[in-house]
Amino acid sequence: MLDLKGYGPELLSGAIVTMELAFLSLAVSLILGLVGASAKLSDNRPLRAIATTYTTCIRGVPDIVMMMLFYYGGQLAVNSLSDVLWEAYEIDFFFQFDPFISGVVTIGLIFGAYMTETFRGAFLAVDTGQIEAARAYGFSRWHTFRRIIFPQMLRHALPGIGNNWQVLLKTTALVSIIGLTDMVRVAEEAAKAERMPFHFFIPVAFVYLSLTAVSELFIKWLDIRANVGVVQRS
Amino acid sequence: MADQAPLICKDICKTFDKLDVLKGISLETQKGDVVSLIGSSGSGKSTFLRCINLLETPTSGEIIVQGDPIRFAQNRKGERIPANNHQVELIRAKLSMVFQGFNLWSHMTVLENIIEAPIHVLKVPKKEAIERAESYLHKVGIYERKDYYPAQMSGGQQQRAAIARALAMEPDVMLFDEPTSALDPELVGEVLRVMQSLAEEGRTMIVVTHEMAFAKDVSTKVLFLHQGVIEEQGSPTKVFDNPESERMQQFLAPKFG
Repeated sequence: MLDLKGYGPELLSGAIVTMELAFLSLAVSLILGLVGASAKLSDNRPLRAIATTYTTCIRGVPDIVMMMLFYYGGQLAVNSLSDVLWEAYEIDFFFQFDPFISGVVTIGLIFGAYMTETFRGAFLAVDTGQIEAARAYGFSRWHTFRRIIFPQMLRHALPGIGNNWQVLLKTTALVSIIGLTDMVRVAEEAAKAERMPFHFFIPVAFVYLSLTAVSELFIKWLDIRANVGVVQRS
Repeated sequence: MADQAPLICKDICKTFDKLDVLKGISLETQKGDVVSLIGSSGSGKSTFLRCINLLETPTSGEIIVQGDPIRFAQNRKGERIPANNHQVELIRAKLSMVFQGFNLWSHMTVLENIIEAPIHVLKVPKKEAIERAESYLHKVGIYERKDYYPAQMSGGQQQRAAIARALAMEPDVMLFDEPTSALDPELVGEVLRVMQSLAEEGRTMIVVTHEMAFAKDVSTKVLFLHQGVIEEQGSPTKVFDNPESERMQQFLAPKFG
């Protein structure tokens, strides 16, 4: 039987932190992805420029550098802002960045950029004739999006979303660096204290592996549902 | 007003970049008219049809649907745009369109395709929309395919489903954009027969077509377009049997021998 030397409950709560972080970041990244893709495909030139800058910068900088920049740099920025406010208006405040929130925001921002590209491609794959038919029958823009474009772009986007999700899940391990007590952090402490790295890291690896395996099944199920009405060519 | 003209177009012009595609097309329909728009490719007939329901915005000219003129405004670049999107949506709901490529929504079954716009645009209760859809599916002869997805049907069946979708809006005018051009020759007949039965019921239809037999036998009025102008118009007998313009005579001349 696996003896976790009393670290079991901590590892479990660390695993829960990992999952919470992953799901919240996923939600943030999906919303940012939809917004980003709409901006990239809009007629508005400044909006397109902002979205392109966003995806270019995020995708070109290592995740860990982004995380450090956001956590430490963000803290510094907020503090210097508070100095300015103090000198100008004698307003005093102190703001401590919460590592969990920082993690969600950073990972959400990073994967929002990847989701933007995924959704953009998926949107372009939707048959324009069907969008035109929706317009020709008096659908509003929102209704066209909700009933015609979104269900069809989902089909094209799912493989990409699935991919991004798996990478996102593994990226959450980086938050242990900015001091969040996730599963990896607990395992690291335990491994150091007990001098048994394999003993703690192999179970952690299995937890990640089972999470990704379950998600893969779930995505396959979603994919079958999203592909309704499509004649399979095999 | 029972005898109000369902659709009046006055002097429609359309320019793409610097290319004048339509140079002043006017058309007035009475209830029950079947108007065929004929002409060679590039003559502007599809563009004219797309201007009617504002899929393209005419550069100038007026469109009046059931006495209601479409209002236009200008955007910041000085281009003409519809003044009120809601008015455009209401007008489109009165003019249902059948496309060359069917354009059925591929993630919905035939029945779902047909009830979608009546429920969400016309606010018809779901039960009534389904009854309506089923009766039109009987009419076009594909009732037994109602739970199929578009990709599971032949082109002719898909186009008949698209016609049922248009009928379910109970439109004032039906617009057909080359409805048989994408079909295999043996499937053209089934679609034309459905269209002929609609014409006989007294529905107002505007049909862009290359099917000369349909234009001649079914329509009440024929418009021959050439390079963005109406070169010849009138009753089918007049246009086909006694064409006045040289263009129309060339268009009708036998292609072989």
